[in-house]
Amino acid sequence: MNSQIPGWLRETVARDGETIVYVARERLLEAMTWLNQTPGQDYDYLVDVTAVEFRDRERPLEVVYFLRSLSRRADLRVKVELDAAGDLAVDSVWGLWHGADWLEREVFDMFGISFHGHPDLRRILMWETYAEGFPLRKDFPLRGRFSRAEQVRQALNANPEAHYSLDELSIADAWGDLPDDMRERLKRGERGVVPE
Amino acid sequence: MKRVIESKEVAGQSPNYLLAKFQDLVDWAVNSSRANSLWPMPFGTACCAIEFMATAASRYDFARFGMERQAFSPRQADVLICAGRLPFKLAPVIRRIFDQMPQPKWVISMGACASTGGIFDNYAMVQGIDTIVPVDVYVPGCPPRPEGLLYGILLLHKKIKGESLFDAERRRDEQPLDERGLRLSPAEIDEVSEPFGNSVHQFRSS
Repeated sequence: MNSQIPGWLRETVARDGETIVYVARERLLEAMTWLNQTPGQDYDYLVDVTAVEFRDRERPLEVVYFLRSLSRRADLRVKVELDAAGDLAVDSVWGLWHGADWLEREVFDMFGISFHGHPDLRRILMWETYAEGFPLRKDFPLRGRFSRAEQVRQALNANPEAHYSLDELSIADAWGDLPDDMRERLKRGERGVVPE
Repeated sequence: MKRVIESKEVAGQSPNYLLAKFQDLVDWAVNSSRANSLWPMPFGTACCAIEFMATAASRYDFARFGMERQAFSPRQADVLICAGRLPFKLAPVIRRIFDQMPQPKWVISMGACASTGGIFDNYAMVQGIDTIVPVDVYVPGCPPRPEGLLYGILLLHKKIKGESLFDAERRRDEQPLDERGLRLSPAEIDEVSEPFGNSVHQFRSS
């Protein structure tokens, strides 16, 4: 693999019948494109995207991609290391596998890692206005940063209908045909761009 | 009935008149009707909902106690049964469902998680739904067995039968949120959400 695109492979680990490759952050998209599109590789299925932060603060965060080639019945694990003190960002692989959309949103929601080129990067599990940080980071206290009373206050003041954008509801085009009360409700929600 | 009604026995005949305070008679009639025909609104979020379904199904069958009709619409329900843990994301949802239910309405908190947060003493979980809606009966258990839920329902019957349309202290009132959007004061919420059991060994600040 290293001979194909020199410089992108940092380390390879083969253990317990599984192969892990560590890829340099800057070359991730290039490497993924190669794995996805090269005959003989054909990794056409992105099983999962997740991230790991270790208890050892010296170790970098890892973003982990689980790839699978359905035709070759082969699995591959690709990891990118990110320095926790530095810029937590990698390129999005949404262009190669559209299934990465929600997976990368989840990693962003839980770890605060942003994905360049993602079409709609925002929280997916926690609500839109969640302000306490990124829950799966090691510096995040288990009970959250705010007092319980403040958490209850914010939760009760949340708008339960504000989770969907107009595009997700697939009604952006039908804006003119919507009943007035629905338009009012959508305008009140924090999500969605109201057409002019 | 013994408490509210006296009957006059005439020798050899069935009672031919009754004496009762009008208010007690009305309360008795109203409360019996309410208690014996509760329409539950199930709010099942976790494993407690499985036990709830078992309670509704043929073996335990809470229809025997008047809960024949499950209302999957809050507009036609009068007891909200929260079966399972409640994350903060669902807090405004259960509050809206509660607000949409017509008076009189009651709430059963089923299981440890709904009542106290249970083992989920973390950033995402409401520590007891009584911080969101007023709760009438707490059913303990993880999850409670169907018998436990039935016992809770019978306790609710007892409670309903002790209510009164005429006595201000025993009347059910609407309990809206205050101007901060809270049901309890912040100090009360913090107090009921305090860690207990194993979770006291965890730390709040980082």
